[in-house]
Amino acid sequence: MEEKNLTCINCPIGCSLTVEMEGEQVIKVSGNTCKRGEIYARKEVTNPTRIVTSTVKVVNGQSDMVSVKTKEDIPKGKIFDCVRALKNVQVEAPVRIGDVIVKNIADTGVDVVVTKNVEVSRKNT
Amino acid sequence: MKQYDIVIIGGGPAGLAAAVSAKKNGIDRILILERDKELGGILNQCIHNGFGLHTFQEELTGPEYADRFIEQVKELDIAYKLNTMVMDISREKVVTAMNREDGLFDVQAKAVILAMGCRERARGALNIPGFRPAGIYSAGTAQRLVNMEGYMPGREVVILGSGDIGLIMARRMTLEGAKVKVVAELMPYSGGLKRNIVQCLDDYGIPLKLSHTVIDIKGKERVEGITLAEVDKGGKPVPGTEEFYSCDTLLLSVGLIPENEISEKIGVEMNRATSGPKVNESLETNIKGVFACGNVLHVHDLVDFVSEEAAAAGKNAASYVKKEHPEERNGREIRLNPENGVRYTVPVTINTARMDDELTVRFRVDGVYKNCYVSAYFDGERVLHRRRQVVAPGEMEEMKLTREQLLQYPDLETITVKVEEE
Repeated sequence: MEEKNLTCINCPIGCSLTVEMEGEQVIKVSGNTCKRGEIYARKEVTNPTRIVTSTVKVVNGQSDMVSVKTKEDIPKGKIFDCVRALKNVQVEAPVRIGDVIVKNIADTGVDVVVTKNVEVSRKNT
Repeated sequence: MKQYDIVIIGGGPAGLAAAVSAKKNGIDRILILERDKELGGILNQCIHNGFGLHTFQEELTGPEYADRFIEQVKELDIAYKLNTMVMDISREKVVTAMNREDGLFDVQAKAVILAMGCRERARGALNIPGFRPAGIYSAGTAQRLVNMEGYMPGREVVILGSGDIGLIMARRMTLEGAKVKVVAELMPYSGGLKRNIVQCLDDYGIPLKLSHTVIDIKGKERVEGITLAEVDKGGKPVPGTEEFYSCDTLLLSVGLIPENEISEKIGVEMNRATSGPKVNESLETNIKGVFACGNVLHVHDLVDFVSEEAAAAGKNAASYVKKEHPEERNGREIRLNPENGVRYTVPVTINTARMDDELTVRFRVDGVYKNCYVSAYFDGERVLHRRRQVVAPGEMEEMKLTREQLLQYPDLETITVKVEEE
C-alpha cells in the first residue's frame, strides 16, 4: 500500500489530504472535511489534469507575443511536452480569440487556442 | 471644453465594468481614459486561467476575461482614449490629461470614477542590503516581460514574497525553462491563494519557505545569489539560519499599493489600512460625485469581485448624474467599525436612504484564524454571527447587509465587524 499527501484546493481551508492507494486503486481518503475534498483527491491521484497557458510569437502583429491555452485540461505529466511543442510556433497576425494554432498538442487530443486578439501591425498596412 | 457625464480614470477591469454598468443605467456621455496602448489593464499580462468563475461560470484567461468587457464597451459605443495619462482632477471635476494626438487637454465631468488600479511594492520599500545589480524585478514586471514582450528575465530564480503574482511567476518561469529555486515568505503564512500554491509550486516541486526573508544580495553588476534567513516572530533574522542560493534573478512579490496620487491631490480622504479612498455605501469618496472601485480602492484577489464592485460604482455614479438621490434625502450615516482581527471594511459608512436592497461589505482579516466566527454587532447587539473553519489575510471576506435589516434599527450608529474565537 502506498500513501500520497495532497493539499485540497477547493476552498481556503486547504485540508491536508492523505490518500491510501493499492496500485492504481484508491483505498481511502482521509484528512478532508467535506465531500469535495474526497472527489478532488481521487481525481488528483488517478488522473491529475491542468489547463496549460503560454505565449507564442506573432509575425506582423501589433504585439510581438500572443497568449494561448490548451482548450481543455491535459494530463499533468504532459505539461512540459506541451510547452516544448509550443516553443517554435509562430502565428501570423491577425489572430482572434479561439483560433486553433496547434491541433492535438503533444498527442493529448487537445488543441491549443489563442486567448487574445492581435491585429495586423499598422506598419505593414 | 468637452463635457461628459462620467469620466473614468483607467481602462482595466474596474474601469471597463464601471463604464458598461453606467451605460446600462442610462448614461450616454462616458469617457474612459487609459494610459496603456490597449484596454484591459493588468489582465493583458495575466495569461493564466482561473478568471471568471463567478462572473461567467467558466474558467477564462486574463486576456479572455478582459475581452468580454472590451467587446461590451465597443458594442455599447462607449468612448475611450488610449495612451492617455491623466495628470490632474480638480474639485470642480475638470480632468486634465495628455496624449500624443491631443496634447494636454481638459474635459469637464459631472462624475468621476477612480479606477487606476495598483502598483507593486518595490525593493526600495524592503530595506534589503547589498548592491543594486541587474536582475531584480518585481514579479509583475517579469510577468509583463515574459508574457507580453517575449523576454526572459533570467535562468536561475529566487522569489521573495508569496503573493499570487509571485506564485504565478514561479510556474511561468519554470515552464519557460528557468529554474526556480525557492519562494521565501516573511510571514508564517502565504499571502496567495491556496490553489496557486498547489498548482504553481507543489506541481513543480518548488519549495516555499515561510518565515524567511532575503537578508543579502550578492553581485555588483548582475545578481549572483542571495542569502535567505529564517525570521523570528518580530520579523528579525535569526542568526545561524542563513542559507545561500546562487541565482541570477530575484523576483519580488511583496505587496500591492493602490495608485492614489491623483485622488490625494484632489483631497480624497484615505483609509490607512487599505491605502485607498474611504468610501460610503455608494463607493463615493468624501468628494461628492467622485467614486472609486477595484484595486485603487482596495487590493482584490479575484477580478470577479472587482467587476462586481465596479458595476456598483458605475450604477451609483449614474444615479448621481441623474440626481436620483437629492441631498436632502442623505440623512444619517451608519459607521462601520473594523475591530478585533478585521483590518478594514469597504465601505466605511452606510446611508440607508441611498443603499440598494442589498449591500456587500468587503473586508480582510489580519491573520489566520481557525474555527472562528465572523460577527457584526449593530451597536451592542450581535446580529450576524457566521462560523468559519478558517479565514486568512490572503482571501478577501464579504458580508451581505440588507436595507430591510438596517431599517429595523432606526437609531443604529455603528456596525462593528470582528472575528471572534470559539
